[in-house]
Amino acid sequence: MYVAVKGGERAIENAHDWLAEERRGDPSVAELSVAQIREQMTLAVNRVMAEGSLYDADLAALAIKQSRGDLIEAIFLIRAYRTTLPRIGHSSPIETGDMRCDRRISATFKDAPGGQVLGPTFDYTHRLLDFKLAADGELPQAATAEAPDAATPHITAILNRDGLIQTEDTPDGEDTPPDLTREPLEFPANRPLRLQSLTRGDEGFVLSMAYSTQRGYGRNHAFVGELRVGQVAVEMDIPELGFAIDIGEITVTECETVNQFAGSKTEPPQFTRGYGLTFGHLERKAISMALVDRALRVEELGEDNVGAPAQDEEFVLSHCDNIQATGFLEHIKLPHYVDFQAELELVRKLRTEAMEAKAAREAAE
Amino acid sequence: MIKIDTRQEWMSLLAKSPKGVLSTLVDALGAAPSFSWLRAPEIGGVMVRGRAGGTGAAFNMGEMTITRCTLKLEESGVVGHAYVQGRDKDHARNVALVDALLQTERAADIRASVLTPLAADMTTRRNTRAAKAAATKVDFFTLARGED
Repeated sequence: MYVAVKGGERAIENAHDWLAEERRGDPSVAELSVAQIREQMTLAVNRVMAEGSLYDADLAALAIKQSRGDLIEAIFLIRAYRTTLPRIGHSSPIETGDMRCDRRISATFKDAPGGQVLGPTFDYTHRLLDFKLAADGELPQAATAEAPDAATPHITAILNRDGLIQTEDTPDGEDTPPDLTREPLEFPANRPLRLQSLTRGDEGFVLSMAYSTQRGYGRNHAFVGELRVGQVAVEMDIPELGFAIDIGEITVTECETVNQFAGSKTEPPQFTRGYGLTFGHLERKAISMALVDRALRVEELGEDNVGAPAQDEEFVLSHCDNIQATGFLEHIKLPHYVDFQAELELVRKLRTEAMEAKAAREAAE
Repeated sequence: MIKIDTRQEWMSLLAKSPKGVLSTLVDALGAAPSFSWLRAPEIGGVMVRGRAGGTGAAFNMGEMTITRCTLKLEESGVVGHAYVQGRDKDHARNVALVDALLQTERAADIRASVLTPLAADMTTRRNTRAAKAAATKVDFFTLARGED
Protein backbone atom coordinates (compact mmCIF):
# COMPACT_ATOMS: atom_id res chain seq x y z
CA MET A 1 0.00 0.00 0.00
CA TYR A 2 1.13 3.49 -0.74
CA VAL A 3 -0.26 6.26 1.43
CA ALA A 4 0.00 10.00 1.21
CA VAL A 5 2.69 11.30 3.49
CA LYS A 6 2.66 14.84 4.70
CA GLY A 7 5.64 16.74 5.95
CA GLY A 8 9.25 16.91 4.92
CA GLU A 9 8.73 19.76 2.43
CA ARG A 10 11.65 21.75 3.75
CA ALA A 11 13.91 18.70 3.79
CA ILE A 12 12.95 17.94 0.18
CA GLU A 13 13.56 21.50 -0.92
CA ASN A 14 16.95 21.59 0.78
CA ALA A 15 17.83 18.19 -0.69
CA HIS A 16 17.09 19.49 -4.18
CA ASP A 17 19.13 22.64 -3.58
CA TRP A 18 22.05 20.51 -2.50
CA LEU A 19 21.52 18.28 -5.54
CA ALA A 20 21.86 21.36 -7.74
CA GLU A 21 25.09 22.33 -5.97
CA GLU A 22 26.51 18.82 -6.27
CA ARG A 23 25.53 18.74 -9.93
CA ARG A 24 27.59 21.85 -10.51
CA GLY A 25 30.59 20.29 -8.75
CA ASP A 26 33.66 22.33 -7.90
CA PRO A 27 32.85 25.91 -8.95
CA SER A 28 36.50 26.55 -9.76
CA VAL A 29 36.10 24.09 -12.67
CA ALA A 30 34.39 25.53 -15.78
CA GLU A 31 30.72 24.64 -16.13
CA LEU A 32 29.79 22.08 -18.80
CA SER A 33 27.51 23.52 -21.48
CA VAL A 34 24.65 21.67 -23.14
CA ALA A 35 26.34 22.26 -26.50
CA GLN A 36 29.55 20.63 -25.21
CA ILE A 37 27.59 17.54 -24.12
CA ARG A 38 25.76 17.44 -27.46
CA GLU A 39 28.99 17.67 -29.47
CA GLN A 40 31.43 15.72 -27.30
CA MET A 41 29.30 13.13 -25.46
CA THR A 42 27.54 12.14 -28.70
CA LEU A 43 27.13 8.46 -27.98
CA ALA A 44 25.53 9.14 -24.58
CA VAL A 45 23.23 11.64 -26.32
CA ASN A 46 22.39 8.98 -28.92
CA ARG A 47 21.50 6.45 -26.25
CA VAL A 48 19.25 8.92 -24.46
CA MET A 49 17.49 9.75 -27.74
CA ALA A 50 17.01 6.06 -28.63
CA GLU A 51 15.74 4.88 -25.26
CA GLY A 52 13.97 8.16 -24.51
CA SER A 53 12.30 7.53 -27.87
CA LEU A 54 12.67 11.13 -28.99
CA TYR A 55 15.15 12.37 -31.57
CA ASP A 56 16.32 15.75 -30.30
CA ALA A 57 20.03 16.03 -29.49
CA ASP A 58 19.70 19.33 -27.62
CA LEU A 59 17.06 17.96 -25.27
CA ALA A 60 19.01 14.74 -24.72
CA ALA A 61 22.15 16.76 -23.88
CA LEU A 62 20.16 18.93 -21.47
CA ALA A 63 18.72 15.81 -19.83
CA ILE A 64 22.24 14.36 -19.39
CA LYS A 65 23.39 17.58 -17.74
CA GLN A 66 20.34 17.72 -15.47
CA SER A 67 20.69 14.06 -14.48
CA ARG A 68 24.41 14.44 -13.63
CA GLY A 69 25.20 11.85 -16.30
CA ASP A 70 22.77 9.22 -14.99
CA LEU A 71 21.53 8.06 -18.38
CA ILE A 72 18.45 6.23 -17.16
CA GLU A 73 17.42 9.37 -15.24
CA ALA A 74 18.06 11.36 -18.45
CA ILE A 75 15.93 8.92 -20.46
CA PHE A 76 13.21 9.32 -17.84
CA LEU A 77 13.30 13.12 -18.31
CA ILE A 78 13.01 12.73 -22.09
CA ARG A 79 10.13 10.25 -21.81
CA ALA A 80 8.31 12.68 -19.51
CA TYR A 81 8.91 15.60 -21.89
CA ARG A 82 7.78 13.48 -24.84
CA THR A 83 4.35 13.01 -23.32
CA THR A 84 3.81 16.79 -23.35
CA LEU A 85 4.28 17.06 -27.13
CA PRO A 86 1.21 17.10 -29.35
CA ARG A 87 1.54 14.30 -31.93
CA ILE A 88 1.57 16.05 -35.27
CA GLY A 89 1.70 12.90 -37.36
CA HIS A 90 3.96 10.12 -38.48
CA SER A 91 6.68 9.86 -41.09
CA SER A 92 6.81 7.60 -44.10
CA PRO A 93 9.05 4.63 -43.25
CA ILE A 94 12.65 5.81 -43.60
CA GLU A 95 14.53 4.47 -46.60
CA THR A 96 17.69 2.97 -45.16
CA GLY A 97 18.74 1.87 -48.66
CA ASP A 98 19.22 5.58 -49.47
CA MET A 99 21.35 6.17 -46.39
CA ARG A 100 24.44 8.31 -46.77
CA CYS A 101 26.70 5.94 -44.88
CA ASP A 102 29.36 7.09 -42.43
CA ARG A 103 30.09 3.45 -41.77
CA ARG A 104 29.10 0.27 -43.51
CA ILE A 105 30.59 -3.12 -42.85
CA SER A 106 29.68 -6.71 -43.63
CA ALA A 107 30.99 -9.71 -41.74
CA THR A 108 29.70 -12.05 -44.45
CA PHE A 109 31.04 -10.62 -47.73
CA LYS A 110 34.56 -9.29 -48.01
CA ASP A 111 33.96 -7.75 -51.41
CA ALA A 112 30.50 -6.35 -50.79
CA PRO A 113 29.49 -3.80 -53.44
CA GLY A 114 30.05 -0.41 -51.87
CA GLY A 115 32.95 -1.78 -49.87
CA GLN A 116 33.81 -2.09 -46.23
CA VAL A 117 33.73 1.43 -44.86
CA LEU A 118 34.92 1.58 -41.26
CA GLY A 119 33.77 5.09 -40.38
CA PRO A 120 34.52 6.63 -36.98
CA THR A 121 34.84 3.37 -35.02
CA PHE A 122 36.34 2.12 -31.78
CA ASP A 123 37.00 -1.21 -33.52
CA TYR A 124 40.73 -1.99 -33.88
CA THR A 125 41.67 0.58 -31.23
CA HIS A 126 43.86 -0.88 -28.50
CA ARG A 127 41.60 0.14 -25.64
CA LEU A 128 44.50 1.83 -23.92
CA LEU A 129 43.80 5.05 -22.06
CA ASP A 130 44.90 7.98 -24.14
CA PHE A 131 46.51 10.43 -21.76
CA LYS A 132 46.85 12.96 -24.55
CA LEU A 133 43.11 13.57 -24.16
CA ALA A 134 43.69 14.67 -20.57
CA ALA A 135 45.97 17.43 -21.78
CA ASP A 136 44.88 20.26 -24.03
CA GLY A 137 44.95 18.47 -27.34
CA GLU A 138 45.41 19.61 -30.86
CA LEU A 139 42.38 19.70 -33.10
CA PRO A 140 42.22 16.23 -34.67
CA GLN A 141 41.66 16.05 -38.39
CA ALA A 142 40.19 13.18 -40.40
CA ALA A 143 41.72 12.06 -43.68
CA THR A 144 39.64 12.34 -46.83
CA ALA A 145 39.43 10.45 -50.10
CA GLU A 146 37.32 10.63 -53.20
CA ALA A 147 33.82 9.35 -52.45
CA PRO A 148 31.63 7.30 -54.78
CA ASP A 149 28.41 8.87 -55.97
CA ALA A 150 25.99 5.96 -55.77
CA ALA A 151 23.94 4.85 -52.78
CA THR A 152 25.21 1.76 -50.98
CA PRO A 153 23.08 -1.34 -51.70
CA HIS A 154 21.87 -3.57 -48.87
CA ILE A 155 23.86 -6.81 -48.55
CA THR A 156 20.74 -8.87 -47.97
CA ALA A 157 19.35 -7.68 -51.31
CA ILE A 158 22.36 -9.36 -52.94
CA LEU A 159 21.72 -12.68 -51.15
CA ASN A 160 18.08 -12.34 -51.98
CA ARG A 161 18.72 -12.60 -55.72
CA ASP A 162 19.27 -16.33 -55.40
CA GLY A 163 16.35 -16.83 -53.02
CA LEU A 164 18.87 -17.88 -50.36
CA ILE A 165 17.40 -15.60 -47.75
CA GLN A 166 13.89 -15.11 -46.54
CA THR A 167 12.37 -11.98 -48.13
CA GLU A 168 11.13 -8.91 -46.29
CA ASP A 169 8.24 -7.66 -48.37
CA THR A 170 6.05 -4.70 -47.70
CA PRO A 171 2.67 -6.20 -46.89
CA ASP A 172 -0.16 -5.34 -49.29
CA GLY A 173 -2.65 -2.80 -47.95
CA GLU A 174 -0.32 -1.90 -45.17
CA ASP A 175 -1.87 -1.54 -41.74
CA THR A 176 -0.97 1.18 -39.31
CA PRO A 177 1.70 -0.38 -37.11
CA PRO A 178 0.82 -0.75 -33.43
CA ASP A 179 2.17 2.00 -31.19
CA LEU A 180 2.99 1.14 -27.61
CA THR A 181 3.09 4.81 -26.66
CA ARG A 182 -0.65 4.87 -27.39
CA GLU A 183 -1.88 1.36 -26.58
CA PRO A 184 -0.65 -0.78 -23.71
CA LEU A 185 1.58 -3.69 -24.71
CA GLU A 186 -0.49 -6.83 -25.30
CA PHE A 187 0.50 -10.39 -26.09
CA PRO A 188 0.96 -12.03 -28.46
CA ALA A 189 2.80 -9.06 -30.01
CA ASN A 190 3.47 -8.88 -33.74
CA ARG A 191 6.91 -8.13 -35.17
CA PRO A 192 6.35 -4.35 -35.62
CA LEU A 193 5.38 -4.07 -31.95
CA ARG A 194 8.39 -6.14 -30.88
CA LEU A 195 10.71 -3.96 -32.95
CA GLN A 196 9.31 -0.76 -31.43
CA SER A 197 9.71 -2.19 -27.97
CA LEU A 198 13.28 -3.36 -28.63
CA THR A 199 14.49 -0.14 -30.27
CA ARG A 200 13.52 1.85 -27.16
CA GLY A 201 14.52 -0.96 -24.80
CA ASP A 202 17.44 -0.79 -22.39
CA GLU A 203 20.74 -1.34 -24.15
CA GLY A 204 22.14 -3.44 -21.32
CA PHE A 205 19.08 -5.66 -21.15
CA VAL A 206 18.86 -6.18 -24.92
CA LEU A 207 22.62 -6.84 -25.04
CA SER A 208 22.36 -9.50 -22.32
CA MET A 209 19.40 -11.17 -24.02
CA ALA A 210 21.32 -11.23 -27.32
CA TYR A 211 24.41 -12.58 -25.56
CA SER A 212 22.32 -15.36 -23.98
CA THR A 213 21.36 -16.58 -27.47
CA GLN A 214 25.02 -16.65 -28.47
CA ARG A 215 25.87 -18.70 -25.41
CA GLY A 216 23.26 -21.29 -26.31
CA TYR A 217 19.94 -20.26 -24.79
CA GLY A 218 17.99 -20.29 -28.06
CA ARG A 219 21.01 -20.18 -30.33
CA ASN A 220 20.34 -18.81 -33.81
CA HIS A 221 23.80 -18.60 -35.41
CA ALA A 222 23.84 -14.95 -36.35
CA PHE A 223 26.27 -13.34 -38.78
CA VAL A 224 26.31 -9.59 -39.12
CA GLY A 225 25.29 -9.46 -42.76
CA GLU A 226 25.50 -5.73 -42.61
CA LEU A 227 25.92 -2.90 -40.15
CA ARG A 228 25.45 0.64 -41.39
CA VAL A 229 25.43 4.03 -39.74
CA GLY A 230 24.52 7.23 -41.52
CA GLN A 231 22.01 9.90 -42.31
CA VAL A 232 18.55 9.38 -43.74
CA ALA A 233 15.87 11.89 -44.64
CA VAL A 234 12.58 11.81 -42.74
CA GLU A 235 9.65 12.32 -45.06
CA MET A 236 6.11 13.13 -43.99
CA ASP A 237 2.81 13.70 -45.77
CA ILE A 238 1.66 17.24 -45.16
CA PRO A 239 -2.16 17.25 -45.18
CA GLU A 240 -2.59 20.96 -45.99
CA LEU A 241 -0.23 20.65 -48.96
CA GLY A 242 -1.42 17.30 -50.26
CA PHE A 243 2.12 16.04 -50.83
CA ALA A 244 5.07 14.74 -48.85
CA ILE A 245 8.22 16.68 -47.97
CA ASP A 246 11.38 15.93 -46.04
CA ILE A 247 10.94 17.43 -42.58
CA GLY A 248 14.45 16.67 -41.43
CA GLU A 249 17.34 14.30 -41.37
CA ILE A 250 18.39 11.82 -38.70
CA THR A 251 21.35 9.58 -38.01
CA VAL A 252 20.43 5.94 -37.55
CA THR A 253 22.19 2.60 -37.10
CA GLU A 254 20.89 -0.44 -38.92
CA CYS A 255 21.97 -4.03 -38.44
CA GLU A 256 20.82 -6.98 -40.49
CA THR A 257 21.82 -10.38 -39.31
CA VAL A 258 21.91 -13.41 -41.55
CA ASN A 259 21.02 -16.52 -39.59
CA GLN A 260 21.48 -20.17 -40.34
CA PHE A 261 18.18 -21.94 -40.73
CA ALA A 262 17.74 -25.58 -41.60
CA GLY A 263 14.11 -25.12 -42.54
CA SER A 264 10.99 -26.12 -40.68
CA LYS A 265 7.57 -27.59 -41.41
CA THR A 266 6.54 -24.35 -43.08
CA GLU A 267 9.78 -22.84 -44.43
CA PRO A 268 12.45 -24.23 -46.83
CA PRO A 269 16.12 -24.25 -45.77
CA GLN A 270 17.36 -20.71 -46.28
CA PHE A 271 18.96 -17.92 -44.38
CA THR A 272 16.66 -15.91 -42.14
CA ARG A 273 17.03 -12.42 -40.80
CA GLY A 274 17.11 -10.44 -37.64
CA TYR A 275 16.74 -6.69 -37.76
CA GLY A 276 18.01 -3.88 -35.61
CA LEU A 277 17.39 -0.16 -36.19
CA THR A 278 18.08 2.59 -33.70
CA PHE A 279 18.27 6.36 -33.54
CA GLY A 280 21.84 7.67 -33.55
CA HIS A 281 25.11 5.76 -33.77
CA LEU A 282 24.44 2.83 -31.43
CA GLU A 283 25.84 -0.26 -33.01
CA ARG A 284 26.03 -2.48 -29.93
CA LYS A 285 22.32 -1.86 -29.44
CA ALA A 286 21.44 -2.38 -33.12
CA ILE A 287 23.29 -5.73 -33.27
CA SER A 288 21.73 -6.85 -29.98
CA MET A 289 18.30 -5.85 -31.22
CA ALA A 290 18.77 -7.87 -34.41
CA LEU A 291 19.75 -11.00 -32.47
CA VAL A 292 16.80 -10.69 -30.11
CA ASP A 293 14.41 -9.91 -32.97
CA ARG A 294 15.54 -13.13 -34.64
CA ALA A 295 15.19 -15.14 -31.45
CA LEU A 296 11.64 -13.84 -30.98
CA ARG A 297 10.63 -15.00 -34.46
CA VAL A 298 10.63 -18.60 -33.25
CA GLU A 299 6.87 -19.15 -33.66
CA GLU A 300 6.60 -17.36 -36.99
CA LEU A 301 9.39 -19.50 -38.50
CA GLY A 302 8.02 -22.70 -36.99
CA GLU A 303 11.21 -23.36 -35.04
CA ASP A 304 11.49 -25.34 -31.84
CA ASN A 305 10.82 -23.14 -28.88
CA VAL A 306 13.35 -24.44 -26.38
CA GLY A 307 11.97 -22.15 -23.70
CA ALA A 308 15.00 -19.88 -23.73
CA PRO A 309 14.46 -16.44 -22.15
CA ALA A 310 15.24 -14.65 -25.45
CA GLN A 311 12.51 -16.65 -27.21
CA ASP A 312 9.87 -15.59 -24.69
CA GLU A 313 8.38 -12.36 -26.01
CA GLU A 314 6.40 -11.72 -22.86
CA PHE A 315 9.56 -11.99 -20.78
CA VAL A 316 11.67 -9.86 -23.13
CA LEU A 317 9.18 -7.13 -23.95
CA SER A 318 7.83 -6.81 -20.42
CA HIS A 319 11.30 -6.30 -18.98
CA CYS A 320 13.26 -4.40 -21.62
CA ASP A 321 11.93 -0.94 -20.79
CA ASN A 322 14.30 0.62 -18.28
CA ILE A 323 11.87 3.37 -17.29
CA GLN A 324 9.16 0.90 -16.36
CA ALA A 325 11.75 -1.24 -14.62
CA THR A 326 13.37 1.56 -12.69
CA GLY A 327 9.99 3.07 -11.81
CA PHE A 328 8.84 -0.12 -10.17
CA LEU A 329 12.20 -0.91 -8.66
CA GLU A 330 12.92 2.52 -7.23
CA HIS A 331 9.45 3.05 -5.84
CA ILE A 332 10.24 0.58 -3.08
CA LYS A 333 12.61 3.11 -1.51
CA LEU A 334 9.73 5.58 -1.06
CA PRO A 335 7.77 5.57 2.21
CA HIS A 336 5.97 2.27 2.83
CA TYR A 337 5.53 2.98 6.52
CA VAL A 338 1.94 1.82 6.72
CA ASP A 339 2.30 -1.48 4.91
CA PHE A 340 5.49 -2.20 6.75
CA GLN A 341 3.66 -1.46 9.99
CA ALA A 342 1.07 -4.06 8.98
CA GLU A 343 3.82 -6.59 8.20
CA LEU A 344 5.38 -5.85 11.57
CA GLU A 345 2.09 -6.45 13.36
CA LEU A 346 1.63 -9.70 11.47
CA VAL A 347 5.11 -11.03 12.25
CA ARG A 348 4.70 -10.09 15.93
CA LYS A 349 1.35 -11.88 16.08
CA LEU A 350 2.74 -15.01 14.38
CA ARG A 351 5.72 -15.00 16.71
CA THR A 352 3.51 -14.70 19.80
CA GLU A 353 1.36 -17.58 18.58
CA ALA A 354 4.41 -19.71 17.83
CA MET A 355 5.95 -18.95 21.24
CA GLU A 356 2.71 -19.77 23.03
CA ALA A 357 2.34 -23.03 21.13
CA LYS A 358 5.94 -23.96 21.97
CA ALA A 359 5.43 -23.12 25.63
CA ALA A 360 2.24 -25.20 25.70
CA ARG A 361 4.08 -28.16 24.09
CA GLU A 362 6.90 -27.94 26.59
CA ALA A 363 4.49 -27.73 29.52
CA ALA A 364 2.74 -30.85 28.26
CA GLU A 365 5.97 -32.87 27.98
CA MET B 1 1.46 27.52 -61.47
CA ILE B 2 4.29 26.06 -59.45
CA LYS B 3 4.92 22.39 -60.01
CA ILE B 4 4.46 20.20 -56.93
CA ASP B 5 7.87 18.57 -57.17
CA THR B 6 9.57 21.97 -57.40
CA ARG B 7 7.93 23.09 -54.17
CA GLN B 8 8.55 19.69 -52.58
CA GLU B 9 12.20 20.10 -53.39
CA TRP B 10 12.60 23.57 -51.90
CA MET B 11 10.54 22.76 -48.79
CA SER B 12 12.66 19.65 -48.19
CA LEU B 13 15.86 21.63 -48.66
CA LEU B 14 14.67 24.38 -46.30
CA ALA B 15 13.59 21.87 -43.62
CA LYS B 16 17.00 20.17 -43.65
CA SER B 17 19.03 23.39 -43.65
CA PRO B 18 20.96 24.40 -40.54
CA LYS B 19 19.13 27.21 -38.75
CA GLY B 20 22.19 29.47 -38.55
CA VAL B 21 22.85 29.29 -42.28
CA LEU B 22 19.23 29.98 -43.19
CA SER B 23 18.85 32.88 -40.78
CA THR B 24 21.98 34.56 -42.17
CA LEU B 25 20.59 34.25 -45.71
CA VAL B 26 17.13 35.49 -44.71
CA ASP B 27 18.59 38.44 -42.77
CA ALA B 28 20.57 39.38 -45.88
CA LEU B 29 17.29 39.75 -47.80
CA GLY B 30 16.64 42.96 -45.87
CA ALA B 31 13.50 43.84 -43.95
CA ALA B 32 11.11 40.88 -43.73
CA PRO B 33 7.82 41.47 -45.56
CA SER B 34 4.85 41.92 -43.27
CA PHE B 35 2.77 38.81 -42.74
CA SER B 36 0.11 37.42 -40.46
CA TRP B 37 0.04 34.02 -38.79
CA LEU B 38 -2.51 31.52 -39.98
CA ARG B 39 -0.90 29.09 -37.55
CA ALA B 40 1.65 30.47 -35.12
CA PRO B 41 4.76 28.30 -34.64
CA GLU B 42 3.85 25.16 -32.74
CA ILE B 43 6.21 22.48 -31.38
CA GLY B 44 5.17 18.85 -31.57
CA GLY B 45 6.30 15.32 -32.19
CA VAL B 46 6.28 13.19 -35.31
CA MET B 47 6.48 9.41 -35.00
CA VAL B 48 9.33 8.19 -37.19
CA ARG B 49 8.75 4.83 -38.82
CA GLY B 50 11.12 2.21 -40.12
CA ARG B 51 10.61 -1.10 -41.88
CA ALA B 52 11.49 -4.59 -40.61
CA GLY B 53 14.52 -5.72 -42.59
CA GLY B 54 14.62 -2.30 -44.27
CA THR B 55 11.93 -3.33 -46.75
CA GLY B 56 9.25 -5.22 -44.78
CA ALA B 57 6.42 -4.26 -42.45
CA ALA B 58 6.46 -0.74 -41.03
CA PHE B 59 7.08 -0.18 -37.32
CA ASN B 60 7.30 2.84 -35.04
CA MET B 61 10.90 3.74 -34.12
CA GLY B 62 10.34 6.76 -31.91
CA GLU B 63 9.42 10.40 -32.27
CA MET B 64 11.34 13.46 -33.36
CA THR B 65 10.61 17.04 -32.40
CA ILE B 66 9.33 19.33 -35.10
CA THR B 67 8.03 22.88 -35.36
CA ARG B 68 5.34 23.86 -37.82
CA CYS B 69 3.74 27.15 -38.77
CA THR B 70 1.77 28.80 -41.55
CA LEU B 71 1.83 32.46 -42.50
CA LYS B 72 0.23 34.73 -45.07
CA LEU B 73 2.05 37.61 -46.74
CA GLU B 74 0.08 40.86 -46.24
CA GLU B 75 0.78 42.31 -49.66
CA SER B 76 0.11 39.33 -51.94
CA GLY B 77 -1.94 37.04 -49.68
CA VAL B 78 0.44 34.18 -50.54
CA VAL B 79 0.58 31.41 -47.92
CA GLY B 80 3.83 29.78 -46.76
CA HIS B 81 4.18 26.61 -44.67
CA ALA B 82 6.95 25.18 -42.56
CA TYR B 83 7.42 21.71 -41.09
CA VAL B 84 10.94 21.57 -39.73
CA GLN B 85 12.93 19.32 -37.42
CA GLY B 86 13.69 20.69 -33.96
CA ARG B 87 12.14 23.27 -31.68
CA ASP B 88 13.30 26.56 -33.13
CA LYS B 89 10.33 28.83 -33.84
CA ASP B 90 12.40 31.51 -35.60
CA HIS B 91 13.80 28.86 -37.91
CA ALA B 92 10.27 27.65 -38.74
CA ARG B 93 9.21 31.24 -39.42
CA ASN B 94 12.15 31.73 -41.79
CA VAL B 95 11.27 28.54 -43.65
CA ALA B 96 7.60 29.56 -44.03
CA LEU B 97 8.61 33.05 -45.13
CA VAL B 98 10.95 31.71 -47.82
CA ASP B 99 8.29 29.19 -48.91
CA ALA B 100 5.82 32.06 -49.35
CA LEU B 101 8.28 34.39 -51.12
CA LEU B 102 9.20 31.63 -53.58
CA GLN B 103 5.58 31.74 -54.77
CA THR B 104 5.68 35.50 -55.48
CA GLU B 105 7.32 37.53 -58.25
CA ARG B 106 10.44 37.69 -56.06
CA ALA B 107 10.93 33.94 -56.66
CA ALA B 108 13.95 34.21 -58.96
CA ASP B 109 15.74 36.54 -56.57
CA ILE B 110 14.94 34.36 -53.52
CA ARG B 111 16.01 31.24 -55.35
CA ALA B 112 19.37 32.80 -56.19
CA SER B 113 20.00 34.37 -52.81
CA VAL B 114 18.61 31.65 -50.51
CA LEU B 115 18.03 28.27 -52.19
CA THR B 116 21.21 28.16 -54.26
CA PRO B 117 23.54 28.91 -51.32
CA LEU B 118 21.57 26.49 -49.08
CA ALA B 119 21.91 23.72 -51.64
CA ALA B 120 25.62 24.47 -52.01
CA ASP B 121 26.04 24.37 -48.23
CA MET B 122 24.27 21.02 -48.03
CA THR B 123 26.39 19.57 -50.84
CA THR B 124 29.57 20.74 -49.10
CA ARG B 125 28.55 19.22 -45.78
CA ARG B 126 27.58 15.92 -47.42
CA ASN B 127 30.69 15.73 -49.53
CA THR B 128 32.93 16.45 -46.56
CA ARG B 129 31.39 13.56 -44.62
CA ALA B 130 31.41 11.24 -47.61
CA ALA B 131 35.08 12.01 -48.24
CA LYS B 132 35.98 11.14 -44.65
CA ALA B 133 34.00 7.89 -44.93
CA ALA B 134 35.73 7.07 -48.22
CA ALA B 135 39.13 7.43 -46.53
CA THR B 136 38.15 4.62 -44.12
CA LYS B 137 37.25 2.18 -46.88
CA VAL B 138 39.23 -1.04 -46.55
CA ASP B 139 41.46 -2.04 -49.46
CA PHE B 140 42.00 -5.76 -49.24
CA PHE B 141 45.01 -7.37 -50.74
CA THR B 142 45.64 -11.08 -50.94
CA LEU B 143 48.92 -12.44 -49.67
CA ALA B 144 50.61 -15.02 -51.93
CA ARG B 145 50.70 -18.23 -49.94
CA GLY B 146 53.49 -19.81 -51.92
CA GLU B 147 51.68 -23.08 -52.48
CA ASP B 148 51.84 -23.09 -56.25
